[in-house]
Amino acid sequence: MEIISTLPPELIRMVFAAIIIISFIFLNAIMMGYLERKIAGHVQRRPGPMEVGFHGILQLVVDGVKLVAKELLIPINVDRTFFRLAPILSFTPVILPLLVIPFSEKLQARDLNLGLLFIVSMTSINVMALLVGGWGSNNKYSMFGAMRAVAQSIAYEIPILLSMLAIILMTNTFSLKEIVGAQQKIWFVLLQPIAFIIYIISGVAETNRAPFDLPEAESELTAGFHTEYSGMGFSLFFLGEYTNMFTVASVATVLFLGGWHGPTLPYGEYLGIVWFFLKVYFLLFFMIMIRWTYPRVRFDQLLNFAWKYLVPFSLANILITAVVVKL
Amino acid sequence: MTFYQYIAEGLFFAFVLLVIAGSFITIRARILMHTVMGLAVALLGVAGIYFYLGSMFLTLMQILIYVGAVCIVLIFGIMVGSTPTEIAEKTIKGRKNIFLAVSAAAAAFFLLMISILKTEWVPAAAQVRDFSAERLGESFLYQYCLAFELISVILLIAIVGAIILARGGQENKGEPSS
Repeated sequence: MEIISTLPPELIRMVFAAIIIISFIFLNAIMMGYLERKIAGHVQRRPGPMEVGFHGILQLVVDGVKLVAKELLIPINVDRTFFRLAPILSFTPVILPLLVIPFSEKLQARDLNLGLLFIVSMTSINVMALLVGGWGSNNKYSMFGAMRAVAQSIAYEIPILLSMLAIILMTNTFSLKEIVGAQQKIWFVLLQPIAFIIYIISGVAETNRAPFDLPEAESELTAGFHTEYSGMGFSLFFLGEYTNMFTVASVATVLFLGGWHGPTLPYGEYLGIVWFFLKVYFLLFFMIMIRWTYPRVRFDQLLNFAWKYLVPFSLANILITAVVVKL
Repeated sequence: MTFYQYIAEGLFFAFVLLVIAGSFITIRARILMHTVMGLAVALLGVAGIYFYLGSMFLTLMQILIYVGAVCIVLIFGIMVGSTPTEIAEKTIKGRKNIFLAVSAAAAAFFLLMISILKTEWVPAAAQVRDFSAERLGESFLYQYCLAFELISVILLIAIVGAIILARGGQENKGEPSS
């Protein structure tokens, strides 16, 4: 086997990175599911899952087994190609952004010099999944959910990009590693508080979570675009959503919260991942708390807020940043 | 050949296959949504070819703008508008239309072939031009500044036109304008 011996080490590294990241995605979904249910419970003054394992810690594992074992129902009037395609489309593109995120100085699958752009373009495919699933289900609720998802994500993609642009103007680079490196002395959240706030609001909206969970508003649309899905089809949407949340939080950490920087640890270039994860999970905790604290907004309020407040504010923020950078 | 070259060759053919398969779906699909998805696949393949040619920036922009925005707006248009979701068989009518279509396609094919055959292709190794984001940005703002600004004006006109069209519908119902 001549080919095997000439296998480039870089390729082997990438395969290993992909394996680690995919396994992490499942672990993250389990942790997030547990956290969400526990926090929801405590916010509503009830204990949440308690039965399986210590304080219900194995609840999500049991749920996962149940979901895998369930029959995959395909209703009779759906568009079969689209119906099958949607969960795959929702799950696959969310793996890719994690490949360029620098978890610590040395723990990064690949340092693209256009890393940020890579993340943005990969997450933009995710909307397609909601559309395909919603339309393919051939169901009014799913269709409305999908239409809302698109209008919402088009509206909130713009402020997200504009708030990222403010950071890019300051650092002159798209590479996530260099952006974190530029925050050695001071985190960008202190220099760009407005951009940070805009990013977090739009990030919550991008991941379709309450108070912006209009695409799956239970009280109006049953479950929105994934009404018709069962078993693993549903779980893949679920995995996609949690991974998307993780991506949004890690990009926020990289751009605004100084990535792996923190009090010095031994083997800092690897163990910086501890600080990174602390920051990411703090943001995720914050997003979960928002979901269980605030009521859902109305759809026109949601769009008006994006176009009439977030976009002008982020444009003004960019203008000011550009002037200050040039001075 | 090294292992990397095998991968690169394989990827190239995979991308070309994506483009061809996507275009075929776009033409042949009976359901309007399937056509748009075929288009998305074809555009993804084009992005892949940009990647093969070594411009990461163009690849990402192709995905972000064409797959992530244009196709989604198209689908949105189909879902919101009262467009028939299925293309009926009877829309293909008459020999005359088929003849016109074939001759138009043949003309386009020959024009492209003439220009392809006449060009003196530089081997990839001899190409020194760089298509990185910095280089592209510079050429947009210096060399092709006028064209770049004119395109943005056209986009602005399109947006204003869309708003006027949308508002026009409202005014007919007697609702207050602006």
